[in-house]
Amino acid sequence: MMAAIETQGLTKRYGRLVAVEDLDLVVERGEVFGILGPNGSGKTTTILMLLGLTEPTAGTVRVLGRDPVREPLKVKRRVGYLPDTVGFYDELSGRENLRYTAQLNGMRGPAVEARIEELLGQMGLLDAADRPVRTYSRGMKQRLGLADVLLKEPELVILDEPTLGLDPQAAHEFLGLIRSLKERGLTVLLSSHLLHQVQAITDRVGLFRKGRMELVGSVPELAKKVLGGAYRIRVRAEGEGLESALAAIPGVLRVRRENGGFLLETERDLRPDVARAVVREGGRLFGLELEEPSLDEIYRAYFEEVNRDAA
Amino acid sequence: MTRREGSAFSGLGVVFLKEFADQLSGTRMRLLEALIVLTAMATIYAAIQTIKNVVGEDVFLFLRLFTTAKEPLPSFVAFAGFLVPLLAIALGFDAVNGEFQRRTLGRVLSQPIYRDALLFGKYLAGLATLALVLLAVWLLITGLGILFTGLAASGEEVARSLLYLAATLAYGGVWLAVALFFSVVFKSPTTSALAAIGVWLFFTVFWGMIAGLLAPVISPVHYGFPEEVLRQAQTELALARLAPNTLYAEATLALLQPEVRALGPVLPAQLEGMVLGTPLPLSQSVLLVWPQFAGLIAAGVLFFTLAYVVFQRMEIRA
Repeated sequence: MMAAIETQGLTKRYGRLVAVEDLDLVVERGEVFGILGPNGSGKTTTILMLLGLTEPTAGTVRVLGRDPVREPLKVKRRVGYLPDTVGFYDELSGRENLRYTAQLNGMRGPAVEARIEELLGQMGLLDAADRPVRTYSRGMKQRLGLADVLLKEPELVILDEPTLGLDPQAAHEFLGLIRSLKERGLTVLLSSHLLHQVQAITDRVGLFRKGRMELVGSVPELAKKVLGGAYRIRVRAEGEGLESALAAIPGVLRVRRENGGFLLETERDLRPDVARAVVREGGRLFGLELEEPSLDEIYRAYFEEVNRDAA
Repeated sequence: MTRREGSAFSGLGVVFLKEFADQLSGTRMRLLEALIVLTAMATIYAAIQTIKNVVGEDVFLFLRLFTTAKEPLPSFVAFAGFLVPLLAIALGFDAVNGEFQRRTLGRVLSQPIYRDALLFGKYLAGLATLALVLLAVWLLITGLGILFTGLAASGEEVARSLLYLAATLAYGGVWLAVALFFSVVFKSPTTSALAAIGVWLFFTVFWGMIAGLLAPVISPVHYGFPEEVLRQAQTELALARLAPNTLYAEATLALLQPEVRALGPVLPAQLEGMVLGTPLPLSQSVLLVWPQFAGLIAAGVLFFTLAYVVFQRMEIRA
């Protein structure tokens, strides 16, 4: 079976400005893929090219096996897109807005009304369904946006900054809704700044910088690449000569002194070995915990590194 | 290059119906309706006052309902020539950039329709709204006219006034296309409204003067020969006809005043054997305004095409 998204050498230039350069991206079916990067790094341009809303300068795109430039209608019929700032017709109700989208997709009849009702229910919007959208909160609009995307029963859903401007509670709920899409077997591509959220719901991420996707993989893979060690162990212990003893354990890559203890970067989960070393040295052990690297850290470390290299 | 798949018009009906419903239910429409009704009442009042004094002197009394002015009120034709462009601009100035501002454009265009359907649907909806308003005014004037004067309109008069209505619609279509064009070009609805009104003012107020200034430059009169004078007059008229309002005024004149036999300079030789003051049959009047009519439609198509080309290339991201 073909990948949901496949691009080769995808490039977009606006005059001399390069928005996206030589992008090779593969998103498998059923996968949740996150694209990360600072503003202006080419995330939205990539998304627009996937939808055929912007023509690539060079390279090829296949979305669900089709070229979005040559066969835009077939692609758009099967792909749902939620723009970063989703807008609705304010004077129409939520239900009417959804009905318009359904009609644009050529869907008609009582089955469509039932589907709209069902989606409004899933998004918790039934009470507000017949109120004009101008009375909706940002979170409600965003959920209406997701209903709008799901209406055509897409195979691939593309979400651009889906939690932008939502309060933490609303963002949390919205992420839950996105996670439920994966359970339904949908492929999801989302872009975001909010890294801990992306980490919670994505299978793989791609890091964008200045139009290039520089890193791609699952979070542990990226941690290994960027941070060196994939595991971090926080040791709270006191004693003489502990630092050298810990550094001597095979598999420990780095030891850093911290408030009341040490932070180790290791290749594997070395907690038993660390405990043994502390005890052997006659140190007093208060705590030992394994810390998974967060995407936040990877992201920060990566951009610090490349910025330092550039400077 | 392979042909793109699917019809450019899929979704056209859906867009049209939605936009048409929006136009009819909007506040804008309420204001325009009030304006139109007021205009119709005022002109019909003026016309009836005047017509009562001339009953029996005129064969086409019913058409006078549209063309009679009584100080300080202008005739309905003058009112319409002024109001219809504004109405058309009001219906179209925020067609595309309004969607952009509301952030609905990306969402709508990510549905399986082409941009063609969106733009064309919007244009047709504006045109349909305009047609509806014009028809309502026409019925209002006809009805009130019959009611107050007791006149019965002849078939030819009805046909002429309906043709006048069609010409007005074509004229409105030009300004609707202009407004649509600016709504694609400018991101802000205020700017596009001002630009469209600016173009309208330019043609209404200044173009006549500019044509008058340019004509002697293009076709100068050196020796005062009649040929030279005639050529200059023709040049000026040709220039003036680049303005849609000139075309519309000429079409109106010939359709509503059957005794008008020519639009432009007439030589004495051409007057030979002509019975002055006798009306032309309808078919001849239609023949007379055919170029004007075609010109108006062409101008509308031209501006729509410009809007279309710019819209196809537009980046939809904010």
